[in-house]
Amino acid sequence: MSGFFDQLWVQNALLFLGFGLFAALIVSGSRNERWQRAGRYLRGDRTGMVSGAIIAIYLLVGALETLQFPYQNGTVSVIGWFFRNVPIESTYSAPLAATTLSTSDPQPLKGRHLLGTDALGKDTFAQTIRACRTALILGGFTSAIYIPLGTLLGILAGYYRRWVDDIIQYVYSVVASVPEILLLVAIIIVLEKGLGTMSIALGTTGWVGLCRLIRGETMRQSERPYVAAARALGQSHWRIITRHLLPNVMHLVLINFVLGFSGLVLAEATLTYLGVGSPIGTASWGIMIDGARSELSREPVVWWNLTAATFALFGLVLSLNLFGDALRRAFDPKRG
Amino acid sequence: MFSYLIRRILYAVPILLGVMVLTFFLFFVVQKPETMARNVLGKRATPQTIAEYLHKRGYDKPRFINREPGQPFYDSIFFTQLQKLATFDLGVSDVTGRDLKTVFKEGAIPSLLLTLPAFFVGFIMAVGLALYLVFVRETRLDAAGALVSIALMSVPPMIYIIFGQAVIALTFNYFPAFGFELSGLTTLKFLLLPVSLIVVMGLGSDVRLYRAIFLEEIGQDYVRTAQAKGVSSTRLLLVHVLKNGMIALITLVVAHLPLLVMGSLLIENFFGIPGLGNLLVSAIQTSDFATVRASVYLGSILYLIGLAATDVCYALVDPRIRLS
Repeated sequence: MSGFFDQLWVQNALLFLGFGLFAALIVSGSRNERWQRAGRYLRGDRTGMVSGAIIAIYLLVGALETLQFPYQNGTVSVIGWFFRNVPIESTYSAPLAATTLSTSDPQPLKGRHLLGTDALGKDTFAQTIRACRTALILGGFTSAIYIPLGTLLGILAGYYRRWVDDIIQYVYSVVASVPEILLLVAIIIVLEKGLGTMSIALGTTGWVGLCRLIRGETMRQSERPYVAAARALGQSHWRIITRHLLPNVMHLVLINFVLGFSGLVLAEATLTYLGVGSPIGTASWGIMIDGARSELSREPVVWWNLTAATFALFGLVLSLNLFGDALRRAFDPKRG
Repeated sequence: MFSYLIRRILYAVPILLGVMVLTFFLFFVVQKPETMARNVLGKRATPQTIAEYLHKRGYDKPRFINREPGQPFYDSIFFTQLQKLATFDLGVSDVTGRDLKTVFKEGAIPSLLLTLPAFFVGFIMAVGLALYLVFVRETRLDAAGALVSIALMSVPPMIYIIFGQAVIALTFNYFPAFGFELSGLTTLKFLLLPVSLIVVMGLGSDVRLYRAIFLEEIGQDYVRTAQAKGVSSTRLLLVHVLKNGMIALITLVVAHLPLLVMGSLLIENFFGIPGLGNLLVSAIQTSDFATVRASVYLGSILYLIGLAATDVCYALVDPRIRLS
């Protein structure tokens, strides 16, 4: 199983598949009249457009770091290829310093580093940029788990009601009654630690909110005349769900996806701090922030890893939150 | 009221049972008890010590149904766990072997000393700020306030803590950076910084949420009526809108009130406060599954109590709702 996912072409194919799927969803959504109206509004929303562009840059960088090709007896990502000439030092060095960070025995560096280097001598700037991959993979995999699950169960519960609704409500009440962080920790410590496990855990806890939202909206929508009309025309349940209900709740899914993504990026940092997050060795903002615990008590203080990771993470999360808000405004029928 | 409460408690039973099945599935089916024993005992454990460890804790029993002749069918891990949960027996820690009920009782006090003041201060501050933003709604100040609250909630919680600890406590030496003592004013000295950090960490998202709730109220008919009869805008906001908005706020807040006992994982760990949050962090680091499992039960029981309390409060503050 893991051997299959370790293969180069599988990873690259998954990347294209993910982006393709997302693009297909947006394109199919844009045929909807409500989406077109929201799109027009969004184009005039400066905060929304700027934050959307920033998110696109992060995603692009993350995708380029995920996209790998064979290079000199190994593989290298596109971003890694750009940084191929950046030398690896022996230990910490300050931004643009000429020697390693040491008061007693400073060694000359092989090159200059814009944001310094970390404990293993890796360039902080490169590591910060490469960490986009972790955010992208975590967000992508988790969303691929919880979005279909939450949407499907929500629609089924809201459309069929009665015993289907009872069962689904029972299941999400059980999951929701465990405080989220406890359930996350419980799932991760019994499975093997890693990005995939983190995605599974976050997916298991994440679908509840979406399911509740979609269930309510589906209930509201199925009272509307167009659903009654579809039923009167003798359309099958499946067709009513996919052709009539799904397009009318998809905008909620999109907003939830964007805002949920920001929560996932923050959760990675918190879980990594608690020792159940990204495995050591991955380029991740969570690990860089976690490392600050020992770095800040050093003399002289190593502040650049923490600062770089914080700003990179803050930029992405803030943009996602602002963009999610802009989407919500754009889709709000009560606006203006 | 009383019969309603009884029904509410009965309603919680199947959910708690579901939580039990979920945790059982995670800790005894997805993960084998042998793996757990090996984790706790370390790499040098012999098969004998592992078997001994499993036997001592009853983890060597059949998983669901005991099919051994001459033994009752319910002598299995599943039914033992179920029975323990029903009698509120949290068991002992997998690592230290201490009775978890005592451990939790000890941890609850420092946790509550930390989270309870933080909750009340945070709530009052967030409601005040949200009301002010609503008061100046549709101005630049309101837009800036909304932006700042989004920015505040986009910072990972560790950053607030690291900043608070490194800059305020260590550099300026205003507060102790680490430790805890249960003795009057000294406790206060240790708690002041962690409490204010919890307040700041939650402020962004709370202000944003409460502002949205109050804005919703502003659009209601009764607000227009009050305006028409000449109520001043301050009074309108502080009496009419606040009172009605509180109904929505209470449903949000009361459900989380019992969970305050569980403390704060990050803050307690950073500042070395011996509460339940810290207990959980060390349980994670030492693979103490019994403690994590007990925390999951405790957390869901507390949450369900919170939900029931929410319904009761809802009926108390909103005369339109009756519990019957």
